[in-house]
Amino acid sequence: MIKVENVSFTYPSGVNALKSVSIEISDGEFVAIMGENGAGKTTLVKQFNGLLKPGEGDVYVDGRNTRDLSVAELSKDVGLVFQNADHQLFCETVEDEIAFGLRNFGFSNRVNKKRVKWALTLLDLQEYRKISPFMLSGGERKRVALASVLAWKPRVIILDEPTVGQDQSQKERLLQFVRQLNTQGNTVILVTHDIEFVAECDPRVVLMSHGRIVADGPAKKILTNPKLIKKTSLILPQITQLFFKLADLGFPKDVISICEAKKLINDFVARRS
Amino acid sequence: MWRVEKMVSPIIEIDGLSYTYPGAKKQSLSNVTLSIDKGDFVTLTGTSGCGKTTLCRCLNGLIPHFYGGEIKGDVVVSNLNVRDHAISELAQQVGFVFQNPENQLFALSVEREIVFGLENLALPPDEIRERLEWALKTIGIEALRERSPYEISGGQQQRVAIASVLAMKPEILILDEPTSSLDPQAAKNLFQVISKLNKTLGLTIILVEHRLDLLSTLTDRVIIMDGGSLRIEGNPREVFSSMSAKLMGIGIPKIVRLYQELESPPEKLLFSIEDFVGYLKRI
Amino acid sequence: MKAFEGLRFKRTSSFIHQLDPRVKFVLSCVVFILAIMFTELLPLTILLSVQLPLVYLAHVHKEWLSSLRSSLILATMIFLTNLIVGYVSSEFQLTSSVLTYSSSMTLRFVTLVASFSIFFLTTSPDDLGLALEQSHFPYEFAFAFTTAVRFVPVLANEAQMIIDAQKSRGLELEKGNFLKRIRNYLPILIPLIVNAIRRSLELAEAMESRAFGAKEHRTNLFALKIKMNDVLVLIVTLTILAFSIYIRLYVQIPIVEIPTFQIT
Repeated sequence: MIKVENVSFTYPSGVNALKSVSIEISDGEFVAIMGENGAGKTTLVKQFNGLLKPGEGDVYVDGRNTRDLSVAELSKDVGLVFQNADHQLFCETVEDEIAFGLRNFGFSNRVNKKRVKWALTLLDLQEYRKISPFMLSGGERKRVALASVLAWKPRVIILDEPTVGQDQSQKERLLQFVRQLNTQGNTVILVTHDIEFVAECDPRVVLMSHGRIVADGPAKKILTNPKLIKKTSLILPQITQLFFKLADLGFPKDVISICEAKKLINDFVARRS
Repeated sequence: MWRVEKMVSPIIEIDGLSYTYPGAKKQSLSNVTLSIDKGDFVTLTGTSGCGKTTLCRCLNGLIPHFYGGEIKGDVVVSNLNVRDHAISELAQQVGFVFQNPENQLFALSVEREIVFGLENLALPPDEIRERLEWALKTIGIEALRERSPYEISGGQQQRVAIASVLAMKPEILILDEPTSSLDPQAAKNLFQVISKLNKTLGLTIILVEHRLDLLSTLTDRVIIMDGGSLRIEGNPREVFSSMSAKLMGIGIPKIVRLYQELESPPEKLLFSIEDFVGYLKRI
Repeated sequence: MKAFEGLRFKRTSSFIHQLDPRVKFVLSCVVFILAIMFTELLPLTILLSVQLPLVYLAHVHKEWLSSLRSSLILATMIFLTNLIVGYVSSEFQLTSSVLTYSSSMTLRFVTLVASFSIFFLTTSPDDLGLALEQSHFPYEFAFAFTTAVRFVPVLANEAQMIIDAQKSRGLELEKGNFLKRIRNYLPILIPLIVNAIRRSLELAEAMESRAFGAKEHRTNLFALKIKMNDVLVLIVTLTILAFSIYIRLYVQIPIVEIPTFQIT
């Protein structure tokens, strides 16, 4: 679906944000791009919908070189939801906000209506349909922003720091939602440094640092590697920290989620007693 | 060296506090009564919109002096009733560090940022210079003194914000979600700076946070708010083990959650990694 | 956003950077007065070239050139307007004096841009704020000025993020006729304004919490002081001014004319 070949990118200010990055993301994959602030995560995903074009190298979306396409053309397939919802909300009602993208992409009025309704239901926003997005709480505004992108059903959904400023219940809701999107066949890409969140959804993890990809593999393998984690200013998941200390009792070291930890410990306790 | 003596006497006393923002129909705080001892490290948490930030604003007089609105009950901070004292007066008792580092740094260099409040208080230049050096050193940002705030990282920006508040030598430091935009390592480092201020200077800390994982071993007291009132409070062990904390959508540390979800958990709460290791080795 | 680059202060230290902003301002004003005083090509060329060593001393040649470059369009317009007006008024003849006059007008403009961009490139906005304060502008005014400068890059960055977010929702800024294009900017302007208001509220809150306006006369730790170098530069500048006035009044300036090729 997305293919990045030896891409380097330098901002006009001279910041060298990507250094010969190559990565392939297939249709239906669930990927978390992680790394410290300023590692180049956002710069990388902006290449996916053409907001930025590579300085060197090429990016292909569905076999098409992003250099040949506009942001609008690419965004139809690759939906990018930014971290701060306030950077995009501007309409008088939530409904209009969701319809904005649909209108830009030239869907018919009939389809528009149907999709708006679908997106409102999907994110549990029906009751706010006629309300100004500025009247909503932070968490709700984030959901409106998400709905406004999901409405045109992009095949790839990129969420930039979706958990920042969210409380635990909002995070749990988001977790369920993201999983659901992925099981429905969407390619989901998370850009985040929230390691506990990633530990619970177990995606493929791409670790970035100083403009390079330093590791790529299943979450279980990457998030339990102390060297890599330290290099990228992350912290080992709490559960992993626990299992590192339990290694001499015969526990495996590569445990990241509560669910798995629970099973292992329950078994252990049952065997001992 | 300047140090607040740690003794068990309340430094903050809130009695029957209710507050409604101007133009709002619903109360943002309803009947809050709370007292906080000198030298405590208090973590204030709760889902978004529960009134945490509003409560903090009451402590340094932003409410009612800046926001207006309807306030009932009393807030007494360092023996000053916030209603009768200007924010600038309270600022010398209560330092406030905000969520977004970008919007609380106005100067074009770190040095000028730190002296801003002191200049406003019209302190003599020699004292300002002395406090500037002290604040830079205490927070460990001497190397940044000439830098401008938009050249440094988010974690460094928050340290500058803390230093600039610390220079006013308050007894209480309030921090409203200071780590929300930081990466985990930077957040952890910031918590360590805060804990150090609490331990070495005896500063009373009120920290509003969602990341309880990293805090559970640093804080003395956890307060959970919900719908504008205090719901649960106590030491972290007590609070995290109560089932209602989980039901209220609080991000209780994963270790505690793991304990709660065990099939046959031991009676005594397993609160830290060490607790878990000890327990499993014993059986 | 590139338009700001030429005016953005770069924190380095040099002889020029360390001069008092008030002295530098006098220097720029003297250049301004001289550029107005002379219309001849020769003195204007001298005026422009004496600034080159200053640029070199301050290590800002890159930024300085870029601000000159961005004034190029305006310079061309000035040149063409003068040329056309001269051409028409001299009965449709492209005389050498018209050409010379247009050139010197353009040169005058470039000289002004050059001198003021040296001023802005080498003066930290902080110092500028202090200079305003010490020149008896109210403190609030000086503070508003430095804060505005502080937030230019922040707002520029925010505008870019908003543009990115809306483009990602299929907004095409360059699409449609003139009216449609103006409307295209609404989805960018509204969030920009809303966020600016929110930001200013947060700023006000933070300022209040740091005792802004607590005392009528606040301390000023970094007060500007006139140093020996400042006095020297001031004397040199004023001497040049006096000398130039003398030349203007009593000396015949040699006329350099640009020759024209008669088109027949």
